Amino acid sequence: MPVYTVRRVLVAVPTLLLISLILFLLLDLAPGDPTAQLPLTIPPEVKENIRRSLGLGEPIHVRYLLWLKQFFVNEPLHLLSQLTGLDLGGDRHRVISWQTRSPVVDLVIERLPQTLWVVGLSYVAGIAIGLPVGIVSARHQYGWFDQVGTFVSMVGFSVPTFFSGVLLIVVFSVELGWFPSIYDTTHRVTGWDSLLFQLRQMAMPVAVLALYNAAQISRFMRASALDNLTLDYVRTARAKGLSERKVIFVHVLRNAVGPVVTVVALGVPGIFGGAIITEQIFKVNGLGQLLITSIQASDLPTVQTLTFVFAVLIVAFNLLADLLLGILDPRIRYG
Amino acid sequence: MVEAVPVRRLLERHVVRQFMRHKGALLGFAFLVFILAFVVLGPLIWTLDPQFIDIRARNSGMSLAHPLGTDQLGRDMLARLMAGGRASVAVGAAAMLLSLLIGGLVGLLAGFVRWLDGPLMRLTDLFLALPLLPLLLVVILLFREALRAAFGPEAGIFILMVAVMGITGWMQTARVVRGEVLTVKEREFVVAARSVGVPEHRIAGRHVLPNVLSPIMVSATLGMANAIITESALSFLGLGFPSDFATWGRLLFDATDYLQQYPGRVLWPGLAISLTVLSVNYIGDGLRDSLDPRSRSTHAGNL
Repeated sequence: MPVYTVRRVLVAVPTLLLISLILFLLLDLAPGDPTAQLPLTIPPEVKENIRRSLGLGEPIHVRYLLWLKQFFVNEPLHLLSQLTGLDLGGDRHRVISWQTRSPVVDLVIERLPQTLWVVGLSYVAGIAIGLPVGIVSARHQYGWFDQVGTFVSMVGFSVPTFFSGVLLIVVFSVELGWFPSIYDTTHRVTGWDSLLFQLRQMAMPVAVLALYNAAQISRFMRASALDNLTLDYVRTARAKGLSERKVIFVHVLRNAVGPVVTVVALGVPGIFGGAIITEQIFKVNGLGQLLITSIQASDLPTVQTLTFVFAVLIVAFNLLADLLLGILDPRIRYG
Repeated sequence: MVEAVPVRRLLERHVVRQFMRHKGALLGFAFLVFILAFVVLGPLIWTLDPQFIDIRARNSGMSLAHPLGTDQLGRDMLARLMAGGRASVAVGAAAMLLSLLIGGLVGLLAGFVRWLDGPLMRLTDLFLALPLLPLLLVVILLFREALRAAFGPEAGIFILMVAVMGITGWMQTARVVRGEVLTVKEREFVVAARSVGVPEHRIAGRHVLPNVLSPIMVSATLGMANAIITESALSFLGLGFPSDFATWGRLLFDATDYLQQYPGRVLWPGLAISLTVLSVNYIGDGLRDSLDPRSRSTHAGNL
């Protein structure tokens, strides 16, 4: 397992580098001056300083390397010195948001937990619903449960998050008044009551993504379990006289869940895209909402950093899925 | 060849029959035809101008004059739903065609040219790991002004959207086509063609491509659903077409501002998007089932 882990991590590094190159080139080759959309009230000498801080005028590969250094050396050092209290960063340059005049990475650190909570909880809920539904559907193929489950997952799959989110608001906050439609960003969890409130305001953003996740997972789980149910080892297990419960949960589940992990990992970018939209709908102060507001304000340093942070998150989640697959299916590790 | 024709006909008839038997796919197909007729032929019957502002009739509910009511500026919702649908479906179809073209080409090349296989598939994996929505937003932010200046506000955004969605949506097609090409290429008729000296590019075009069309069709339907959702998502985030230009996503976005007062207004554009995507997904499901030889005999009589 350690060798496998190291190998997967090493594969992730060039992916990240290539993504950073694409991002850099995109911003670099875009028509027009990146400082053209700055407010006209900024004096020309300040504008010149901004241009110099962006490194405009240097050859392209130098700028790319400087950009990489900024992301992989300068900012992590600042982060470390904040965490440890030691002064490791020194007076190294930081990426400053044009909008808030504060370092972008600090903004990211402030917003990251909300996004991770929403995405993480939606995966947990999606797995908790999707796996059993998929298995039961496969076990009783074409039964009433399967028919209903297939239809519901088809709907969950097709209804875009920006509509299901709005629908949830209409039903549960406008009509029924059960959940708040706007996320209270200043809320602090101090006791049971405030924890309950936090859960209530998380419920709808998580539910939107969880529905999508559950639909996806249950469909793949059903297909994968169906493929396995006709195989010889299942017949053998039944012939040995194992209970149906044991056959399904010990033999089939373990074998069927591998392909599901792979396919779900492919959907990770979609989930983060969905998180951007849900955060926008419910006004959750996560990374996605920060991205949208900085795009509306043409705050390029923030936009660039955030897009890269999303790339890092997606690669990290994919890595997690790979490692999970390695645990579930030992054949992968040596293959 | 003479004998191959009837066999092929039989197969086609079989596929059609299987498709007809898949009730979900049939319903989806019927609904898609209805939606297409609604957005294309609808404006011929319902001739109100979707841009016409009748401020005195603003926020009105359902009535004979405005079957779906009006928005905050008094524009007719039914006419806007038709106009918006035309834009959304046009963007979806164009983006789907572009991503099919790229994906098909990459898949064919990767399947055929051995030394290109590795690099192209790594490229596909890389694109699959990209944060697509943030990237789309960034591209639109950066290139919007330039294209607007070059082609006008609506055509510029249309070109931009189709281009970015095509460039970021081809990966699934490429993977499927490559896999299919790799199996077809080893079949006897391809080996036979090669052995009588047919050049490689003709083998690709005449013998392999027609045989991988069915998976391409399946990914075309799914790509269309994806493109419609992406366009609506971008409009919903306020980064799509100009604000007076109706698309389904834009209508939904505008309606969310009045969610507390007029919750019904989000329903129509939202339903239109969801049902179109649902029907396209069902068509894809039905196509896959009827084109998949494994399911040819076993899948009868269900649903």
